[in-house]
Amino acid sequence: MSINKIWVVAEPADSGITTTSLELLTKARELAATVEVVTWGTSTAANAAVLGEYGASTVHDLGDLGSSLPGAPVAGAIAGAIAAGNGPDAILIPTSYDGRDIAGRLSARCDLPVLTNITDLVGGDTLSSRHPIFGGSQIVNAEFTGQGPGIFVVRAKSFAAEPAGGAAASVSTLSVGDLGATNGSVIHTRHVEERTGPKLDEAEVVVSGGRGLGDKENYTLIEQLSKLLNGASGASRAIVDAGWVPYSHQVGQTGKTVKPTVYLACGISGATQHMVGMKGAKNIIAVNKDQDAPIFSVCDLGIVGDVHKVLPALIEELSKR
Amino acid sequence: MEEISLGSHRLDAMNIVVCVKQIPDPAAPQSLEAGSHTLDRSGKLILDDSDAYGVEMALQLAEQAGGGEVTLVSMAPNSETAGLRTALAMGAAKAILVSDEALKGSDALSTAKVLAAAIKRVGADLVIAATESSDGYTGTTPVQIAELLGLPSITFAKSVAIEGSSVKVDRQTEAGDDEVTSPLPALVTVTAGVVEPRYPSFKGIMAAKSKPVEILSIADLGLEAGHVGAAGGRQSITSIDEAEARSTGEIVVDEGDGAQRIVTYLENLKVI
Repeated sequence: MSINKIWVVAEPADSGITTTSLELLTKARELAATVEVVTWGTSTAANAAVLGEYGASTVHDLGDLGSSLPGAPVAGAIAGAIAAGNGPDAILIPTSYDGRDIAGRLSARCDLPVLTNITDLVGGDTLSSRHPIFGGSQIVNAEFTGQGPGIFVVRAKSFAAEPAGGAAASVSTLSVGDLGATNGSVIHTRHVEERTGPKLDEAEVVVSGGRGLGDKENYTLIEQLSKLLNGASGASRAIVDAGWVPYSHQVGQTGKTVKPTVYLACGISGATQHMVGMKGAKNIIAVNKDQDAPIFSVCDLGIVGDVHKVLPALIEELSKR
Repeated sequence: MEEISLGSHRLDAMNIVVCVKQIPDPAAPQSLEAGSHTLDRSGKLILDDSDAYGVEMALQLAEQAGGGEVTLVSMAPNSETAGLRTALAMGAAKAILVSDEALKGSDALSTAKVLAAAIKRVGADLVIAATESSDGYTGTTPVQIAELLGLPSITFAKSVAIEGSSVKVDRQTEAGDDEVTSPLPALVTVTAGVVEPRYPSFKGIMAAKSKPVEILSIADLGLEAGHVGAAGGRQSITSIDEAEARSTGEIVVDEGDGAQRIVTYLENLKVI
Protein backbone atom coordinates (compact mmCIF):
# COMPACT_ATOMS: atom_id res chain seq x y z
CA MET A 1 0.00 0.00 0.00
CA SER A 2 1.49 3.30 -0.95
CA ILE A 3 1.60 5.98 1.71
CA ASN A 4 -0.45 9.00 0.66
CA LYS A 5 -1.79 10.26 3.94
CA ILE A 6 -0.07 10.26 7.34
CA TRP A 7 -1.61 11.28 10.65
CA VAL A 8 0.70 12.57 13.36
CA VAL A 9 -0.49 12.52 16.96
CA ALA A 10 0.55 15.99 18.15
CA GLU A 11 0.63 16.26 21.93
CA PRO A 12 -0.27 19.64 23.38
CA ALA A 13 2.28 21.07 25.83
CA ASP A 14 2.04 23.89 28.39
CA SER A 15 2.67 26.27 25.54
CA GLY A 16 2.09 24.95 22.02
CA ILE A 17 2.95 21.45 20.85
CA THR A 18 5.68 19.10 22.13
CA THR A 19 8.97 19.16 20.25
CA THR A 20 8.80 15.45 19.46
CA SER A 21 5.43 15.97 17.75
CA LEU A 22 6.99 18.66 15.55
CA GLU A 23 9.91 16.35 14.76
CA LEU A 24 7.43 13.73 13.54
CA LEU A 25 5.54 16.30 11.46
CA THR A 26 8.79 17.36 9.80
CA LYS A 27 9.55 13.76 8.83
CA ALA A 28 5.96 13.03 7.78
CA ARG A 29 6.16 15.84 5.16
CA GLU A 30 8.95 13.94 3.48
CA LEU A 31 7.05 10.64 3.50
CA ALA A 32 3.53 11.54 2.34
CA ALA A 33 1.75 14.11 0.17
CA THR A 34 -0.87 14.75 2.83
CA VAL A 35 0.01 15.23 6.47
CA GLU A 36 -2.71 15.71 9.06
CA VAL A 37 -2.68 15.98 12.81
CA VAL A 38 -4.72 14.55 15.67
CA THR A 39 -4.60 16.74 18.76
CA TRP A 40 -6.62 17.82 21.79
CA GLY A 41 -6.75 20.40 24.55
CA THR A 42 -7.98 23.94 24.91
CA SER A 43 -5.46 25.68 22.61
CA THR A 44 -5.99 23.93 19.28
CA ALA A 45 -7.11 27.11 17.51
CA ALA A 46 -3.86 28.80 18.54
CA ASN A 47 -1.77 25.69 17.75
CA ALA A 48 -3.19 25.38 14.20
CA ALA A 49 -0.72 28.04 13.03
CA VAL A 50 2.39 26.21 14.22
CA LEU A 51 1.01 22.84 13.09
CA GLY A 52 0.44 24.32 9.62
CA GLU A 53 3.90 25.80 9.62
CA TYR A 54 5.31 22.30 10.20
CA GLY A 55 3.31 20.82 7.35
CA ALA A 56 -0.15 19.81 8.60
CA SER A 57 -3.02 20.69 6.26
CA THR A 58 -5.80 19.59 8.61
CA VAL A 59 -6.00 19.32 12.37
CA HIS A 60 -8.43 16.75 13.76
CA ASP A 61 -9.30 18.19 17.14
CA LEU A 62 -10.80 16.25 20.03
CA GLY A 63 -11.23 19.39 22.11
CA ASP A 64 -10.83 19.58 25.86
CA LEU A 65 -10.42 16.12 27.43
CA GLY A 66 -11.10 17.53 30.88
CA SER A 67 -9.52 15.42 33.58
CA SER A 68 -9.17 12.27 31.44
CA LEU A 69 -5.83 10.72 30.62
CA PRO A 70 -5.42 11.05 26.81
CA GLY A 71 -4.83 7.33 26.09
CA ALA A 72 -8.39 6.05 25.82
CA PRO A 73 -10.10 9.08 24.21
CA VAL A 74 -7.41 9.73 21.59
CA ALA A 75 -7.24 6.06 20.65
CA GLY A 76 -11.03 5.91 20.55
CA ALA A 77 -11.28 8.91 18.24
CA ILE A 78 -8.66 7.60 15.79
CA ALA A 79 -10.21 4.11 15.87
CA GLY A 80 -13.58 5.66 15.05
CA ALA A 81 -12.14 7.44 12.02
CA ILE A 82 -10.47 4.24 10.80
CA ALA A 83 -13.69 2.25 11.23
CA ALA A 84 -15.59 4.88 9.25
CA GLY A 85 -13.08 4.59 6.39
CA ASN A 86 -11.65 8.05 7.02
CA GLY A 87 -8.33 6.92 8.45
CA PRO A 88 -4.82 7.55 7.12
CA ASP A 89 -2.28 5.12 5.62
CA ALA A 90 0.02 5.44 8.63
CA ILE A 91 -0.08 6.94 12.12
CA LEU A 92 3.00 8.40 13.80
CA ILE A 93 2.94 8.72 17.59
CA PRO A 94 5.65 10.21 19.82
CA THR A 95 7.30 7.94 22.39
CA SER A 96 6.06 9.63 25.55
CA TYR A 97 4.07 8.75 28.65
CA ASP A 98 0.76 9.44 26.93
CA GLY A 99 1.94 8.47 23.42
CA ARG A 100 2.50 4.87 24.42
CA ASP A 101 -0.93 4.72 26.07
CA ILE A 102 -2.53 6.00 22.87
CA ALA A 103 -0.59 3.55 20.69
CA GLY A 104 -1.35 0.54 22.89
CA ARG A 105 -5.06 1.25 23.14
CA LEU A 106 -5.36 2.05 19.43
CA SER A 107 -3.56 -1.17 18.52
CA ALA A 108 -5.85 -3.34 20.63
CA ARG A 109 -9.02 -1.45 19.68
CA CYS A 110 -8.38 -1.77 15.92
CA ASP A 111 -6.57 -5.13 16.12
CA LEU A 112 -3.56 -3.54 14.42
CA PRO A 113 0.05 -4.34 15.34
CA VAL A 114 2.33 -1.58 16.58
CA LEU A 115 6.03 -0.88 16.06
CA THR A 116 7.81 1.02 18.84
CA ASN A 117 11.19 2.55 19.70
CA ILE A 118 11.62 3.74 16.14
CA THR A 119 14.54 6.05 15.41
CA ASP A 120 14.11 6.42 11.64
CA LEU A 121 11.46 5.96 8.97
CA VAL A 122 12.11 5.13 5.33
CA GLY A 123 9.50 5.86 2.67
CA GLY A 124 8.79 4.10 -0.60
CA ASP A 125 6.04 1.70 -1.62
CA THR A 126 5.71 0.73 2.00
CA LEU A 127 6.83 2.65 5.03
CA SER A 128 9.60 0.87 6.91
CA SER A 129 10.98 1.69 10.31
CA ARG A 130 14.41 1.43 11.91
CA HIS A 131 14.95 0.31 15.51
CA PRO A 132 18.25 0.22 17.41
CA ILE A 133 18.88 -3.03 19.32
CA PHE A 134 21.61 -4.29 21.63
CA GLY A 135 22.55 -0.83 22.82
CA GLY A 136 22.41 0.61 19.32
CA SER A 137 25.12 -1.67 17.91
CA GLN A 138 22.65 -3.03 15.34
CA ILE A 139 19.66 -1.55 13.57
CA VAL A 140 16.58 -3.63 12.76
CA ASN A 141 14.57 -2.69 9.66
CA ALA A 142 10.89 -3.60 10.00
CA GLU A 143 7.62 -3.15 8.15
CA PHE A 144 3.95 -4.04 8.49
CA THR A 145 2.66 -6.84 6.29
CA GLY A 146 -1.08 -6.74 7.02
CA GLN A 147 -4.00 -4.51 6.11
CA GLY A 148 -4.88 -1.23 7.76
CA PRO A 149 -2.78 1.73 8.83
CA GLY A 150 0.53 1.00 10.53
CA ILE A 151 1.04 2.43 14.01
CA PHE A 152 4.57 3.76 14.39
CA VAL A 153 5.79 4.95 17.81
CA VAL A 154 8.89 7.10 17.31
CA ARG A 155 11.49 8.12 19.88
CA ALA A 156 12.31 11.75 20.62
CA LYS A 157 15.23 13.34 18.75
CA SER A 158 15.00 10.94 15.83
CA PHE A 159 14.54 13.87 13.44
CA ALA A 160 15.23 17.60 13.57
CA ALA A 161 12.09 19.75 13.79
CA GLU A 162 12.07 22.25 10.90
CA PRO A 163 9.17 24.49 9.87
CA ALA A 164 8.22 24.53 6.19
CA GLY A 165 6.32 27.81 6.31
CA GLY A 166 2.86 26.44 5.50
CA ALA A 167 -0.35 28.31 6.22
CA ALA A 168 -2.34 27.63 9.37
CA ALA A 169 -4.00 24.20 9.26
CA SER A 170 -7.76 24.00 9.04
CA VAL A 171 -9.37 22.60 12.18
CA SER A 172 -12.07 19.95 12.11
CA THR A 173 -13.68 18.14 15.01
CA LEU A 174 -13.04 14.46 15.66
CA SER A 175 -15.49 12.80 18.03
CA VAL A 176 -14.26 10.55 20.80
CA GLY A 177 -17.12 8.04 20.74
CA ASP A 178 -18.17 5.72 23.53
CA LEU A 179 -15.27 4.56 25.66
CA GLY A 180 -17.10 2.71 28.43
CA ALA A 181 -15.03 1.81 31.47
CA THR A 182 -11.72 2.25 29.61
CA ASN A 183 -11.86 6.01 30.19
CA GLY A 184 -12.34 5.68 33.94
CA SER A 185 -9.05 7.24 35.07
CA VAL A 186 -9.33 10.78 36.41
CA ILE A 187 -6.52 13.29 36.92
CA HIS A 188 -7.07 15.12 40.22
CA THR A 189 -4.01 17.26 40.68
CA ARG A 190 -0.97 18.03 38.59
CA HIS A 191 2.27 18.42 40.46
CA VAL A 192 5.03 20.28 38.63
CA GLU A 193 8.48 19.42 39.91
CA GLU A 194 10.62 22.43 40.55
CA ARG A 195 13.32 22.55 37.97
CA THR A 196 15.90 25.30 37.76
CA GLY A 197 17.83 24.20 34.67
CA PRO A 198 16.87 22.95 31.21
CA LYS A 199 14.87 19.76 30.58
CA LEU A 200 16.81 16.51 30.34
CA ASP A 201 16.02 15.87 26.69
CA GLU A 202 16.58 19.49 25.64
CA ALA A 203 19.72 20.37 27.61
CA GLU A 204 23.00 21.16 25.83
CA VAL A 205 24.87 19.52 28.68
CA VAL A 206 23.77 16.37 30.49
CA VAL A 207 25.57 15.06 33.56
CA SER A 208 24.55 11.51 34.49
CA GLY A 209 25.36 9.32 37.44
CA GLY A 210 25.46 5.58 37.89
CA ARG A 211 26.12 2.88 40.44
CA GLY A 212 29.76 3.98 40.71
CA LEU A 213 28.59 6.95 42.81
CA GLY A 214 28.41 4.47 45.68
CA ASP A 215 25.29 5.71 47.41
CA LYS A 216 22.22 7.86 46.94
CA GLU A 217 23.62 10.89 48.77
CA ASN A 218 26.42 11.24 46.22
CA TYR A 219 23.90 12.02 43.50
CA THR A 220 24.11 15.62 44.78
CA LEU A 221 27.51 15.73 43.04
CA ILE A 222 25.70 15.15 39.74
CA GLU A 223 23.13 17.84 40.54
CA GLN A 224 25.79 20.35 41.53
CA LEU A 225 27.77 19.68 38.36
CA SER A 226 24.80 19.92 36.03
CA LYS A 227 23.79 23.19 37.68
CA LEU A 228 27.28 24.65 37.24
CA LEU A 229 27.23 23.65 33.56
CA ASN A 230 23.65 24.89 33.05
CA GLY A 231 22.72 21.33 32.15
CA ALA A 232 20.35 18.62 33.26
CA SER A 233 20.89 15.64 35.56
CA GLY A 234 20.47 12.12 34.20
CA ALA A 235 20.85 8.62 35.58
CA SER A 236 21.58 5.06 34.58
CA ARG A 237 18.88 2.47 35.01
CA ALA A 238 20.79 0.83 37.86
CA ILE A 239 20.30 3.77 40.22
CA VAL A 240 16.71 4.36 39.14
CA ASP A 241 15.98 0.69 39.91
CA ALA A 242 17.70 1.18 43.27
CA GLY A 243 15.31 4.03 44.03
CA TRP A 244 18.02 6.75 44.24
CA VAL A 245 16.32 8.99 41.64
CA PRO A 246 12.93 8.91 39.88
CA TYR A 247 12.33 7.27 36.50
CA SER A 248 12.10 10.70 34.86
CA HIS A 249 15.90 10.97 35.13
CA GLN A 250 16.62 7.72 33.36
CA VAL A 251 18.65 7.85 30.15
CA GLY A 252 18.66 4.76 27.98
CA GLN A 253 16.69 2.16 26.13
CA THR A 254 14.08 2.29 28.86
CA GLY A 255 14.00 6.00 29.59
CA LYS A 256 14.99 9.07 27.63
CA THR A 257 17.10 9.58 24.54
CA VAL A 258 19.41 12.56 24.83
CA LYS A 259 21.60 14.19 22.19
CA PRO A 260 23.36 17.02 24.01
CA THR A 261 26.55 18.80 22.96
CA VAL A 262 28.26 17.25 25.99
CA TYR A 263 27.32 14.11 27.89
CA LEU A 264 29.26 13.55 31.09
CA ALA A 265 28.87 9.97 32.37
CA CYS A 266 29.99 9.58 35.99
CA GLY A 267 30.33 6.14 37.52
CA ILE A 268 28.38 4.60 34.66
CA SER A 269 29.78 1.38 33.25
CA GLY A 270 27.97 1.69 29.93
CA ALA A 271 25.53 -1.21 29.83
CA THR A 272 23.95 -1.59 26.38
CA GLN A 273 20.70 -0.48 28.00
CA HIS A 274 22.27 2.93 28.75
CA MET A 275 24.31 3.40 25.57
CA VAL A 276 21.36 3.51 23.20
CA GLY A 277 20.03 6.58 25.01
CA MET A 278 23.20 8.69 24.86
CA LYS A 279 25.35 7.48 21.95
CA GLY A 280 23.99 10.31 19.84
CA ALA A 281 25.65 12.97 22.04
CA LYS A 282 28.14 15.13 20.12
CA ASN A 283 30.81 14.76 22.79
CA ILE A 284 30.99 12.14 25.51
CA ILE A 285 33.14 12.41 28.63
CA ALA A 286 33.31 9.44 30.98
CA VAL A 287 34.69 9.09 34.47
CA ASN A 288 34.91 5.53 35.79
CA LYS A 289 37.37 3.67 37.96
CA ASP A 290 37.23 0.51 35.84
CA GLN A 291 39.38 1.00 32.74
CA ASP A 292 37.60 -1.90 31.02
CA ALA A 293 34.16 -0.30 31.40
CA PRO A 294 32.31 -0.36 28.04
CA ILE A 295 31.55 3.37 28.36
CA PHE A 296 35.20 4.06 27.44
CA SER A 297 34.67 2.51 24.01
CA VAL A 298 32.27 5.30 23.00
CA CYS A 299 33.72 8.33 24.80
CA ASP A 300 35.77 11.19 23.41
CA LEU A 301 37.52 11.86 26.71
CA GLY A 302 37.79 9.11 29.29
CA ILE A 303 39.13 9.59 32.80
CA VAL A 304 40.00 6.34 34.53
CA GLY A 305 39.58 7.48 38.09
CA ASP A 306 37.47 7.70 41.21
CA VAL A 307 34.31 9.79 40.81
CA HIS A 308 34.55 10.68 44.51
CA LYS A 309 37.81 12.51 43.79
CA VAL A 310 37.32 13.76 40.23
CA LEU A 311 33.80 15.19 40.66
CA PRO A 312 34.48 17.26 43.82
CA ALA A 313 37.62 18.64 42.15
CA LEU A 314 35.64 19.47 39.02
CA ILE A 315 32.90 21.15 41.09
CA GLU A 316 35.52 23.21 42.91
CA GLU A 317 37.19 24.23 39.66
CA LEU A 318 33.90 25.21 37.95
CA SER A 319 32.66 27.06 41.06
CA LYS A 320 35.59 29.45 40.76
CA ARG A 321 34.38 30.67 37.38
CA MET B 1 -15.08 -18.19 30.01
CA GLU B 2 -15.43 -16.49 33.37
CA GLU B 3 -16.12 -12.75 33.31
CA ILE B 4 -13.50 -10.53 34.89
CA SER B 5 -14.80 -9.43 38.28
CA LEU B 6 -16.49 -6.11 37.66
CA GLY B 7 -17.80 -4.31 40.71
CA SER B 8 -17.67 -7.45 42.81
CA HIS B 9 -14.71 -5.97 44.64
CA ARG B 10 -14.58 -6.73 48.37
CA LEU B 11 -12.90 -4.08 50.45
CA ASP B 12 -11.25 -6.60 52.75
CA ALA B 13 -9.59 -8.61 50.00
CA MET B 14 -7.61 -7.69 46.91
CA ASN B 15 -7.08 -10.24 44.21
CA ILE B 16 -4.21 -8.95 42.15
CA VAL B 17 -2.75 -10.32 38.94
CA VAL B 18 0.83 -9.40 38.12
CA CYS B 19 2.02 -9.83 34.54
CA VAL B 20 5.60 -11.05 34.60
CA LYS B 21 8.13 -11.98 31.94
CA GLN B 22 10.94 -14.46 32.04
CA ILE B 23 13.83 -13.15 29.97
CA PRO B 24 17.36 -14.18 29.04
CA ASP B 25 19.84 -12.83 31.62
CA PRO B 26 20.49 -9.23 30.44
CA ALA B 27 24.06 -9.51 31.76
CA ALA B 28 24.82 -12.35 29.33
CA PRO B 29 25.62 -11.63 25.66
CA GLN B 30 22.46 -11.54 23.55
CA SER B 31 21.84 -12.46 19.94
CA LEU B 32 19.06 -12.83 17.41
CA GLU B 33 18.21 -16.20 15.97
CA ALA B 34 19.12 -16.42 12.31
CA GLY B 35 16.11 -16.53 10.03
CA SER B 36 13.38 -15.61 12.52
CA HIS B 37 15.25 -12.54 13.86
CA THR B 38 13.72 -13.21 17.27
CA LEU B 39 15.74 -12.89 20.45
CA ASP B 40 17.55 -16.12 21.28
CA ARG B 41 15.73 -17.40 24.39
CA SER B 42 17.23 -20.88 24.39
CA GLY B 43 19.41 -20.26 27.47
CA LYS B 44 18.34 -19.96 31.09
CA LEU B 45 15.49 -17.52 31.66
CA ILE B 46 15.18 -15.34 34.76
CA LEU B 47 12.50 -13.07 36.19
CA ASP B 48 12.79 -9.66 34.53
CA ASP B 49 14.14 -7.26 37.19
CA SER B 50 11.48 -4.75 36.14
CA ASP B 51 8.77 -7.18 37.27
CA ALA B 52 10.07 -7.54 40.83
CA TYR B 53 8.65 -4.07 41.61
CA GLY B 54 5.17 -5.05 40.43
CA VAL B 55 5.26 -8.29 42.42
CA GLU B 56 6.37 -6.42 45.55
CA MET B 57 3.71 -3.74 45.07
CA ALA B 58 1.01 -6.40 44.64
CA LEU B 59 2.13 -8.25 47.78
CA GLN B 60 2.05 -5.03 49.83
CA LEU B 61 -1.40 -4.02 48.53
CA ALA B 62 -2.83 -7.48 49.26
CA GLU B 63 -1.29 -7.42 52.75
CA GLN B 64 -2.72 -3.94 53.40
CA ALA B 65 -6.15 -5.07 52.23
CA GLY B 66 -5.95 -7.88 54.77
CA GLY B 67 -6.65 -10.64 52.30
CA GLY B 68 -6.69 -11.73 48.72
CA GLU B 69 -4.19 -13.44 46.49
CA VAL B 70 -1.43 -12.39 44.17
CA THR B 71 -1.47 -14.43 40.97
CA LEU B 72 1.28 -14.34 38.37
CA VAL B 73 0.43 -14.49 34.70
CA SER B 74 3.15 -15.12 32.16
CA MET B 75 3.77 -16.43 28.69
CA ALA B 76 6.60 -18.40 27.13
CA PRO B 77 7.12 -20.54 24.04
CA ASN B 78 8.60 -23.27 26.26
CA SER B 79 7.49 -24.31 29.73
CA GLU B 80 10.26 -22.49 31.61
CA THR B 81 9.23 -21.70 35.21
CA ALA B 82 12.49 -20.63 36.93
CA GLY B 83 11.59 -16.93 36.83
CA LEU B 84 8.07 -17.62 38.09
CA ARG B 85 9.47 -19.57 41.05
CA THR B 86 11.46 -16.46 42.03
CA ALA B 87 8.25 -14.41 42.19
CA LEU B 88 6.41 -17.23 44.00
CA ALA B 89 9.26 -17.32 46.51
CA MET B 90 8.69 -13.59 47.14
CA GLY B 91 5.14 -14.47 48.19
CA ALA B 92 2.82 -14.75 45.18
CA ALA B 93 0.23 -17.50 45.72
CA LYS B 94 0.12 -19.12 42.30
CA ALA B 95 1.00 -18.73 38.67
CA ILE B 96 -0.48 -19.28 35.24
CA LEU B 97 2.00 -19.86 32.45
CA VAL B 98 0.68 -19.88 28.92
CA SER B 99 3.18 -22.02 27.11
CA ASP B 100 2.83 -23.02 23.51
CA GLU B 101 5.21 -23.51 20.60
CA ALA B 102 2.80 -21.37 18.51
CA LEU B 103 3.65 -18.36 20.72
CA LYS B 104 7.20 -18.09 19.41
CA GLY B 105 7.77 -14.73 17.75
CA SER B 106 4.70 -13.13 19.34
CA ASP B 107 4.52 -9.35 19.02
CA ALA B 108 3.16 -7.05 21.72
CA LEU B 109 -0.48 -7.34 20.61
CA SER B 110 -0.36 -11.16 20.42
CA THR B 111 1.21 -11.23 23.86
CA ALA B 112 -1.53 -8.94 25.16
CA LYS B 113 -4.25 -11.19 23.71
CA VAL B 114 -2.77 -14.23 25.43
CA LEU B 115 -2.24 -12.52 28.79
CA ALA B 116 -5.69 -10.88 28.66
CA ALA B 117 -7.31 -14.28 28.13
CA ALA B 118 -5.36 -15.72 31.06
CA ILE B 119 -6.30 -12.78 33.32
CA LYS B 120 -9.96 -13.19 32.39
CA ARG B 121 -9.72 -16.81 33.50
CA VAL B 122 -8.52 -15.94 37.02
CA GLY B 123 -10.33 -12.61 37.46
CA ALA B 124 -8.75 -9.65 39.22
CA ASP B 125 -9.51 -6.49 41.17
CA LEU B 126 -6.24 -5.01 39.98
CA VAL B 127 -3.75 -5.94 37.25
CA ILE B 128 -0.16 -4.77 37.70
CA ALA B 129 2.65 -4.83 35.15
CA ALA B 130 6.02 -3.17 34.63
CA THR B 131 6.08 -0.16 32.31
CA GLU B 132 8.14 -2.19 29.86
CA SER B 133 10.17 -5.39 29.73
CA SER B 134 13.95 -5.25 29.84
CA ASP B 135 14.44 -7.32 26.70
CA GLY B 136 11.81 -6.27 24.17
CA TYR B 137 10.92 -2.90 25.81
CA THR B 138 7.98 -2.34 23.48
CA GLY B 139 6.09 -0.79 26.38
CA THR B 140 2.60 -1.19 24.96
CA THR B 141 1.56 -4.67 26.14
CA PRO B 142 -0.01 -3.63 29.48
CA VAL B 143 -2.24 -0.97 27.90
CA GLN B 144 -3.19 -3.37 25.11
CA ILE B 145 -4.27 -5.82 27.82
CA ALA B 146 -6.35 -3.11 29.51
CA GLU B 147 -8.08 -2.25 26.24
CA LEU B 148 -8.78 -5.92 25.45
CA LEU B 149 -10.30 -6.39 28.92
CA GLY B 150 -12.21 -3.10 28.76
CA LEU B 151 -10.37 -1.78 31.82
CA PRO B 152 -9.17 1.72 32.69
CA SER B 153 -5.40 2.04 33.10
CA ILE B 154 -2.83 4.26 34.75
CA THR B 155 0.72 3.87 33.45
CA PHE B 156 4.08 4.96 34.92
CA ALA B 157 3.04 4.79 38.58
CA LYS B 158 5.50 6.22 41.11
CA SER B 159 3.24 5.17 43.98
CA VAL B 160 0.09 3.08 44.24
CA ALA B 161 -2.55 3.00 46.99
CA ILE B 162 -6.00 1.47 47.28
CA GLU B 163 -8.70 3.83 48.56
CA GLY B 164 -12.08 2.19 48.92
CA SER B 165 -13.02 0.82 45.54
CA SER B 166 -10.47 2.88 43.60
CA VAL B 167 -6.75 2.85 43.00
CA LYS B 168 -4.82 6.09 43.55
CA VAL B 169 -1.58 6.58 41.67
CA ASP B 170 1.10 9.26 41.42
CA ARG B 171 1.83 9.06 37.72
CA GLN B 172 5.13 10.19 36.25
CA THR B 173 4.75 13.04 33.73
CA GLU B 174 7.16 15.20 31.74
CA ALA B 175 6.67 18.02 34.24
CA GLY B 176 6.50 16.08 37.50
CA ASP B 177 3.65 13.82 38.47
CA ASP B 178 -0.15 13.75 38.43
CA GLU B 179 -2.43 12.30 41.07
CA VAL B 180 -4.73 9.99 39.12
CA THR B 181 -7.46 7.69 40.39
CA SER B 182 -9.34 4.93 38.69
CA PRO B 183 -12.26 2.75 39.76
CA LEU B 184 -11.43 -0.94 40.24
CA PRO B 185 -10.94 -3.22 38.42
CA ALA B 186 -8.10 -1.41 36.68
CA LEU B 187 -4.62 -1.93 35.30
CA VAL B 188 -1.57 -0.08 36.63
CA THR B 189 2.02 -0.12 35.37
CA VAL B 190 4.75 0.62 37.88
CA THR B 191 8.11 2.25 37.29
CA ALA B 192 11.30 0.76 38.70
CA GLY B 193 12.27 1.85 42.19
CA VAL B 194 8.63 2.39 43.22
CA VAL B 195 9.07 -0.07 46.10
CA GLU B 196 12.00 -2.13 47.26
CA PRO B 197 11.49 -5.75 46.19
CA ARG B 198 11.97 -8.20 49.05
CA TYR B 199 14.54 -10.96 48.76
CA PRO B 200 12.93 -14.40 48.83
CA SER B 201 13.55 -16.01 52.21
CA PHE B 202 14.74 -19.60 52.50
CA LYS B 203 11.26 -20.50 53.71
CA GLY B 204 9.79 -18.67 50.73
CA ILE B 205 12.03 -20.52 48.29
CA MET B 206 11.07 -23.86 49.80
CA ALA B 207 7.35 -22.98 49.78
CA ALA B 208 7.53 -21.83 46.16
CA LYS B 209 8.45 -25.31 45.02
CA SER B 210 5.02 -26.62 45.90
CA LYS B 211 2.94 -23.60 44.84
CA PRO B 212 0.62 -24.25 41.91
CA VAL B 213 1.85 -23.32 38.44
CA GLU B 214 -0.87 -23.99 35.91
CA ILE B 215 0.50 -24.47 32.41
CA LEU B 216 -1.99 -23.70 29.67
CA SER B 217 -1.87 -23.98 25.90
CA ILE B 218 -3.42 -21.35 23.66
CA ALA B 219 -6.21 -23.82 22.89
CA ASP B 220 -7.02 -23.94 26.63
CA LEU B 221 -7.61 -20.19 26.40
CA GLY B 222 -9.71 -20.48 23.25
CA LEU B 223 -7.15 -18.73 21.06
CA GLU B 224 -6.19 -19.80 17.56
CA ALA B 225 -2.60 -20.37 16.50
CA GLY B 226 -2.93 -18.10 13.46
CA HIS B 227 -3.82 -15.11 15.67
CA VAL B 228 -0.79 -15.21 17.95
CA GLY B 229 2.93 -15.83 17.62
CA ALA B 230 4.85 -14.99 14.47
CA ALA B 231 1.82 -15.98 12.36
CA GLY B 232 -0.37 -13.35 14.01
CA GLY B 233 2.27 -10.62 14.01
CA ARG B 234 1.55 -8.97 10.65
CA GLN B 235 4.94 -7.29 10.79
CA SER B 236 8.30 -8.48 9.62
CA ILE B 237 11.95 -7.70 10.07
CA THR B 238 13.29 -7.17 6.57
CA SER B 239 16.99 -6.81 7.41
CA ILE B 240 19.48 -5.97 10.14
CA ASP B 241 22.30 -3.46 9.71
CA GLU B 242 25.41 -2.91 11.76
CA ALA B 243 25.23 0.56 13.28
CA GLU B 244 28.04 3.00 12.63
CA ALA B 245 30.54 2.50 15.41
CA ARG B 246 31.60 5.45 17.51
CA SER B 247 35.35 5.79 17.66
CA THR B 248 37.14 5.86 20.98
CA GLY B 249 38.84 9.08 21.98
CA GLU B 250 41.52 9.81 24.52
CA ILE B 251 41.54 7.64 27.65
CA VAL B 252 43.73 8.81 30.50
CA VAL B 253 44.32 7.55 34.01
CA ASP B 254 43.58 10.19 36.63
CA GLU B 255 46.72 11.32 38.40
CA GLY B 256 45.10 14.22 40.16
CA ASP B 257 44.65 16.08 36.88
CA GLY B 258 41.37 14.41 35.79
CA ALA B 259 39.16 17.37 36.70
CA GLN B 260 41.51 19.83 34.97
CA ARG B 261 41.47 17.72 31.79
CA ILE B 262 37.68 17.84 31.74
CA VAL B 263 37.75 21.62 32.27
CA THR B 264 40.17 22.05 29.34
CA TYR B 265 38.03 19.80 27.15
CA LEU B 266 34.89 21.82 27.99
CA GLU B 267 36.78 25.07 27.35
CA ASN B 268 37.80 23.86 23.91
CA LEU B 269 34.16 23.13 23.14
CA LYS B 270 33.30 26.63 24.44
CA VAL B 271 30.75 25.06 26.80
CA ILE B 272 32.38 27.02 29.64
